[in-house]
Amino acid sequence: MSSVNVQRNVFQKVPARLRGWVLPVLILAVWWAVVASGASDSPLLVSPLAVWQRGVGQVVSGELWVALSASLWRMAWGFGIGSGIGLAVGALLGWSRWAERLVGPTFHTLKQISLFAWIPMLSMWFGLGDTAKVAFVAMAAFFPVVLNTLEGLRSVPREYLEVARVYEFSVWQTLRRVVAPAAAPSLFTGIQLSLIYSWLATLGAEYLLASGKGIGNTLIDGREHFWMDLVLFGVVVVGLVGFVLNALLAALEKRLLAWRDRTIARY
Amino acid sequence: MAIPALNAAGPGSPVSPLDALPDAPTRRPVAARQNAAWTWARRSLWAWPFPLAVLALWQLSALWGWVPEQVLPPPAAVFKVFGELLASGELWDHLRISMVRVFAGFGIGLSLGLVLGGAMGLSPTFRDYFFPLFKAFSQVPVIGWLPLLILVVGIDEGLKFLLIAKAALVPVAINTCQGIQNVPNRLVEVARVYGFTRWQMLRRVVFPAATAPIWNGVRYGLTHAWLALVVVELLASSEGIGFLIVYGRQLFQLDVVLAAVLAVGIVGFVIDKLLAVSEAWLLRWRKPGL
Repeated sequence: MSSVNVQRNVFQKVPARLRGWVLPVLILAVWWAVVASGASDSPLLVSPLAVWQRGVGQVVSGELWVALSASLWRMAWGFGIGSGIGLAVGALLGWSRWAERLVGPTFHTLKQISLFAWIPMLSMWFGLGDTAKVAFVAMAAFFPVVLNTLEGLRSVPREYLEVARVYEFSVWQTLRRVVAPAAAPSLFTGIQLSLIYSWLATLGAEYLLASGKGIGNTLIDGREHFWMDLVLFGVVVVGLVGFVLNALLAALEKRLLAWRDRTIARY
Repeated sequence: MAIPALNAAGPGSPVSPLDALPDAPTRRPVAARQNAAWTWARRSLWAWPFPLAVLALWQLSALWGWVPEQVLPPPAAVFKVFGELLASGELWDHLRISMVRVFAGFGIGLSLGLVLGGAMGLSPTFRDYFFPLFKAFSQVPVIGWLPLLILVVGIDEGLKFLLIAKAALVPVAINTCQGIQNVPNRLVEVARVYGFTRWQMLRRVVFPAATAPIWNGVRYGLTHAWLALVVVELLASSEGIGFLIVYGRQLFQLDVVLAAVLAVGIVGFVIDKLLAVSEAWLLRWRKPGL
């Protein structure tokens, strides 16, 4: 912990900005070396170059775009429906103690059921097509939004509401000026979680309800044909999409909730 | 509050109206406890009408033939199958297999996660080197790694352990790292002033202060492990509770599917409650309001 004695070892001589690149480059180099040495002739051991070429091929032929847009489209629909209903239910539970007492315990019990366990039921009801997939993604998006909306509304300080009452705010004004800002951070957490869950659920739905196009189907294709390069490329795409979603949300949060930092900075 | 010394000021002194009041300090806790129990009982009563109404509607809709039984078996049938599966021991067998997988995978993920998270939390240098790779690794969900791992290790137990371990590892490592990083600086400074050795610092300051976030990570880890188990068993398994669901689906026996889903829910519920209780026990030294 203490760094009184500035005794630097080899690892500390590398500039901090470059340190993150050391391990990935090392892994890539070892991978390359193993393939080049021909130590193993397993069809699973593909060279990094093959993965790159496969990726370029997927992009150029437009296959990636077809799969990705199908997946993202499903995700957007499911996320929209699930988080919309989730917001409404969360608001209802947060607004009315009666609703929470009546429905809350059932909701908290249902959310314990592992999400993917519903897929066989959904396939029975909606078939293997997009309806079932979107329904599943909507379920995945629903739970975190409800929980965090509820939490957000509960966390509005009572004093704020009292002040609003003293100033004779209308219901709309109270919602707009007091409740929404106070609950916003928690609401945002809900949306964020729900988007990540939606992406996970989209992949899961594409695996378990294997039909049509999608990134999940690309991965399954690769697995079935033992195309390791395609599988690795698919994994990279899945990771990138998750990364981009996270980054977009972080930027959006910074923008939408910028007032939080401003208020603090004023004092 | 009755104060005898004041009330006994002298003969003929007016009787304080406070005397008429019951002795508050001795009675209040009991009353409060009764009250709390009463509110709790009333609250839990409120929890029942909604699910019971749903169940009743569900049962009636089957009874009156609104939905065919092949699409949605009535709750009575589901409970009956659940009971039969329990009695025949079939459910236990599947559950036992699933639990072994969860805890083996979770054990691996937990220990690796604690070591990695601890190292990243304690050493900024290690974090600089390792965190970007870890971040990239965690960006791909369990379900994204599944096809890759099937190709590499096949669909045996190893696959299940690895995927469940990955599911548990990520939240444990992230929370451990952040928990250690967020240990208040003033605590560390006090310890330094007292000349704590490195081990004392870890044992007496860093770990106790980071227990709550680390435990949070453990909780998430176990929840994710359970989620991953169900996915893996749905996709690649010939036994276990997830397989029971797939099996029921293949035979179009939705009552079996729902009974297995019920079992999944119960186990998830029990795991969550156990973790909540153990968290309370683990953090019992924390004073409320801290």
